[in-house]
Amino acid sequence: MLKDITLGQFFPGKSFIHRLDPRTKLVMLVVYIVALFVAQSWISYGVMLAFLVICIAISSIPLKSIVRGMKPMVLILIFTAVLNIFMTRGDTVWFHWRFLTITKEGVVRAVFMAARILMLVTGTFLMTYTTSPIALTDGLESLLSPLKKIKLPVHELAMMMCIALRFIPTLIEETDKIMSAQRARGADFESGNLIQRVKALVPILVPLFISAFRRADELATAMECRCYHGGEGRTKMKILRYSRLDFEAYAVGVVLLAAVITLAVFGL
Amino acid sequence: MAPILEIKNLSHVYSAGTPFEHKALDNVSFYVERGEFIGIIGHTGSGKSTLMQHMNGLLKPTGGQILLDGADIWADKKSTRQARFRVGLVFQYPEYQLFEETVYKDIAFGPKNMKLDAKEIDRRVREAASFVGLTEEQLQKSPFDLSGGQKRRVAIAGVIAMEPEVLILDEPTAGLDPVGREEILGNIQAYRKAKNATIMMVSHSMNDVARLTDRLLVMNGSRLAMDGTPDEVFRDAALLVDMGLDIPEVTRVFLRLKQMGLPVKPVYTIEQAVAQLKALKEGNGHA
Repeated sequence: MLKDITLGQFFPGKSFIHRLDPRTKLVMLVVYIVALFVAQSWISYGVMLAFLVICIAISSIPLKSIVRGMKPMVLILIFTAVLNIFMTRGDTVWFHWRFLTITKEGVVRAVFMAARILMLVTGTFLMTYTTSPIALTDGLESLLSPLKKIKLPVHELAMMMCIALRFIPTLIEETDKIMSAQRARGADFESGNLIQRVKALVPILVPLFISAFRRADELATAMECRCYHGGEGRTKMKILRYSRLDFEAYAVGVVLLAAVITLAVFGL
Repeated sequence: MAPILEIKNLSHVYSAGTPFEHKALDNVSFYVERGEFIGIIGHTGSGKSTLMQHMNGLLKPTGGQILLDGADIWADKKSTRQARFRVGLVFQYPEYQLFEETVYKDIAFGPKNMKLDAKEIDRRVREAASFVGLTEEQLQKSPFDLSGGQKRRVAIAGVIAMEPEVLILDEPTAGLDPVGREEILGNIQAYRKAKNATIMMVSHSMNDVARLTDRLLVMNGSRLAMDGTPDEVFRDAALLVDMGLDIPEVTRVFLRLKQMGLPVKPVYTIEQAVAQLKALKEGNGHA
């Protein structure tokens, strides 16, 4: 059941998107997110959706995996949608009962918000699915390197992110193991009211935290044994280089952003 | 008497229908008699762990059945839960599952989940602690202040306290020093004797399984490859080596002696070896 969480998982492949420079993908993701927030109308959402669908299609990531990755998002989606339905005030009232009011504006807003979150997450997933964590952090480090001038520890931040991503699957596996072990001792995670269920998490969380700290400790020792001392003077095995593909992708990004901004300006 | 556990055509496929599909168990069938001490050996990835997690209903078979005392453990929710308590499962490195403030509370976790009354819980905790040689003083300590071997024993006591009829252990001695290993194996024996319990133990130590078990199950490539007494299993040394497994050191020595032309029979424990060598020596003396 926990294996369904695919956050940060990488699907190796050779598609157009896989071959892009990680920096390009990161910048494109930012462009995509900005465009998503600029988009206000059905048409612009349609453009964004079309872009996303094309990206998924050429990434050769099975749709099933993408849908599976969405599962943990369901709760947040419902929460946001419900909140928007009831909290948005508008003129066209569709339903009214005591303090609960549903307006047309609220429903429209809820749909837009849900679509925005869904597309945001799908886009981010698409990047982590097609980029290995190491390439991703390399790209991030390279993109942020100008900030070294203002004494931001860019390399260290990238390393932290790399380690965090690397350990997600490990911790999921560990959680699975601990859950099985506690279940073997009769722990019940599936029944009971909310308080009982939260309490039932203690036997999982305590061992999980302890093992996370133990792993961190071991990793730190192992890194020190190999004389790791941060980014200064550190060379790279793989040096990032832009290719023609990247310029093509950037061009697409510029067009997408321009299109969405134009649509927003004309109020479409 | 009827067997306590009956495994019928058990199959398990992980992540069925995805690109990660993997068949971990393929049509495995065997009986477990009451009071037996069974060793499970097999190469890493041969399906041992998957098999064990089926015995107490942690994993649901994708094919076949597990009968506990003749009743399917997946018949209804209640029997699955009952199976959890009647078949105790100690995972590999069980010390990583400890979470309570005191050793006492941690051992009491299982019995508490069984909804026993306070007096019974107390009795079971103390009894389980005595099986694994924990002192009164240690019961009040935090489990995280204990040594590795002691933590392991606390975790095993946590399962023993549920007084399972079948106790399954996945490499209970992994990563312990020789003294720690002997202690744990002794604790398991003590529990078996006191409660007439059935023991199933996964181990990579051929010396241990040869010495302790009545019967061996050999897993290979998701299938049950061999099922017999240690005597029968270790006789097929070549087959075991083919499966990437080992044979007890003393068995290897005796196989070599036989190849060198000495009139010895295959053995798998030190005691048998000593007896044979003595007989051989006396025989030579008379000749």
